[in-house]
Amino acid sequence: MQINTFTRYSVVALLVFVVLAAIPRITDDISILDTGIMICANGLFALSLNLLVGRTGLLSFGHGGFYAAGAYSFGLLMQTGMFSIPAAFALTIVFVAALSALVALVCVRLNETYFTFITLAFQMLFYNIILSWTSLTGGDQGLLGGIPKPVFLGIDLVNPVHLYLFCCGIFLVCVVLLYQITQSPFGYTLRMIRDNTERARFLGVAVNRYKVASFTLAGAFAGIGGMFMALFVSGAYPSFGYWTMSGDGIFMIMLGGMNTFLGPLVGAIILIVLNDLTTIYTDHYGLVLGCVILVFVLGLRRGLLDFIVEGIRDRRASKMDQTIQPTVPKEEIPR
Amino acid sequence: MLKIEHLTKSFGGVVATNDVSLHFQPASLSAIIGPNGAGKTTFFNLITGGLRPDSGRIIFDGEDITGFDALTTVRRGIGRAFQVANLFPEFTVRESLTAAVLSHRQQSAHLLVQFSAVEARTRADQIMEMFDLQERAGVVSRNLSHGDQKLLDIALALALDPRVLLLDEPTAGMGPEERWKMIDMIYKLWEDERMTLIFIEHDMDIVFRIAQTVRVLCYGQVLAEGAPEEIRSNPDVIKAYLGENFEKIAQ
Repeated sequence: MQINTFTRYSVVALLVFVVLAAIPRITDDISILDTGIMICANGLFALSLNLLVGRTGLLSFGHGGFYAAGAYSFGLLMQTGMFSIPAAFALTIVFVAALSALVALVCVRLNETYFTFITLAFQMLFYNIILSWTSLTGGDQGLLGGIPKPVFLGIDLVNPVHLYLFCCGIFLVCVVLLYQITQSPFGYTLRMIRDNTERARFLGVAVNRYKVASFTLAGAFAGIGGMFMALFVSGAYPSFGYWTMSGDGIFMIMLGGMNTFLGPLVGAIILIVLNDLTTIYTDHYGLVLGCVILVFVLGLRRGLLDFIVEGIRDRRASKMDQTIQPTVPKEEIPR
Repeated sequence: MLKIEHLTKSFGGVVATNDVSLHFQPASLSAIIGPNGAGKTTFFNLITGGLRPDSGRIIFDGEDITGFDALTTVRRGIGRAFQVANLFPEFTVRESLTAAVLSHRQQSAHLLVQFSAVEARTRADQIMEMFDLQERAGVVSRNLSHGDQKLLDIALALALDPRVLLLDEPTAGMGPEERWKMIDMIYKLWEDERMTLIFIEHDMDIVFRIAQTVRVLCYGQVLAEGAPEEIRSNPDVIKAYLGENFEKIAQ
């Protein structure tokens, strides 16, 4: 039973991978692959942030810090020349997870607004470390000298098609894992905390421990997104860890929807495609983005995928009501 | 089983609980009554760890549990339901109960199984039937009727198999019919499970119908305790709480 559902996710992911892998065979347009990698990096960032925002009810405004931590630590490890890509990848995950756990231990003691502010504070701390520790990070120039990409298992990440396939593959594995997390008892316990923290505690849930675990997992997945980005631009830049990165994550969740699992991914796609399209015609990207967000917030009142999924659900529910109604005996009207 | 010794708690100048000493026998069914502001809910909050007392001790099963937090008290086996139903608004009835059972079994952190397929569901369904909620299994908590919300609230506490169950005004805000249904349910629950059950109630008819012992709180102090019949005829209680007219009405 358990294995079956997990296999089902994996099969779906595999099918999606086959479709995505077909794209470079159909077209020679490298820019489509670039957009794909951007979507993998940002989509994973937004999906992982939603583990906190949508699932646990923790509005973190410091998620960009872990994205940057992933990019920088991966870049730095590769620059030492001592690690293969898989080894650096694994080490970075461990490092970012440890870093997130440490930050979480401090942050989860605070509630709501204060939690949001302290995560922002940590993010700005990371940002300033990146800027001022010039000898290590290259300061505002970013990680200089590029990231070496030695071939492993026949995969050459210098080749854009290989890089695209690599990112898509890891991305899909992460999506399956994140989905499993949300569907597991652990994921439901996070939802309990979101819905009613006090009652969760009265039912024996060690709330803070779960918050730390959620924060740690989210940070680790964001770090993987950061590594995609580091591979893509062959470097790392302080802007990865600036507060606007965290803001983008929130925007993606708002645009795509926080209640549906894939909502944040849809949001990431909207944001990236919007960015690609508008920057062709105008420099005023922020203005266009602002208008789109206004339309979503005032028009749909929720993210796009939530709007669609919840709309279908409501329609189905009202149809059910209609079919049930005739079977209910009409009350006799007293004369 | 549960022994309260000289418990005192004040908020600013108001003494909400004043030198309360009570002893609850194992498997007993007792009621706590008292006028508004008598400190009944505060008393519950002190026991379940929501509040820390200024002085006094709470002994549960021979262990001093004074000042333990909510989580620790729950794990010792003291469950509680709330005056205003305290639920998970986006969870269905079945999901809520399954989550509670998982928590009780220390399986909440499992990552590799599906929540929708856990074994704990069987137990959740049993509890659902005990509370006659099986027809509402798929309804999200915020869409339940007031009465069903109160039932689910108690059901959640029961999912932890508590040895002591505290119910804070289980019939608050209910119509007469719902109210009696709830009371029958509680009585049956106590008969079947034989836990120590303590409930706060306003309605005298209800208290006198099911409680074995009644404790009257007034201005944070224990005014009287005893069997329902004794309480009914206790002149202090009549004066302080039941009112001068009670005897006439009772007759």
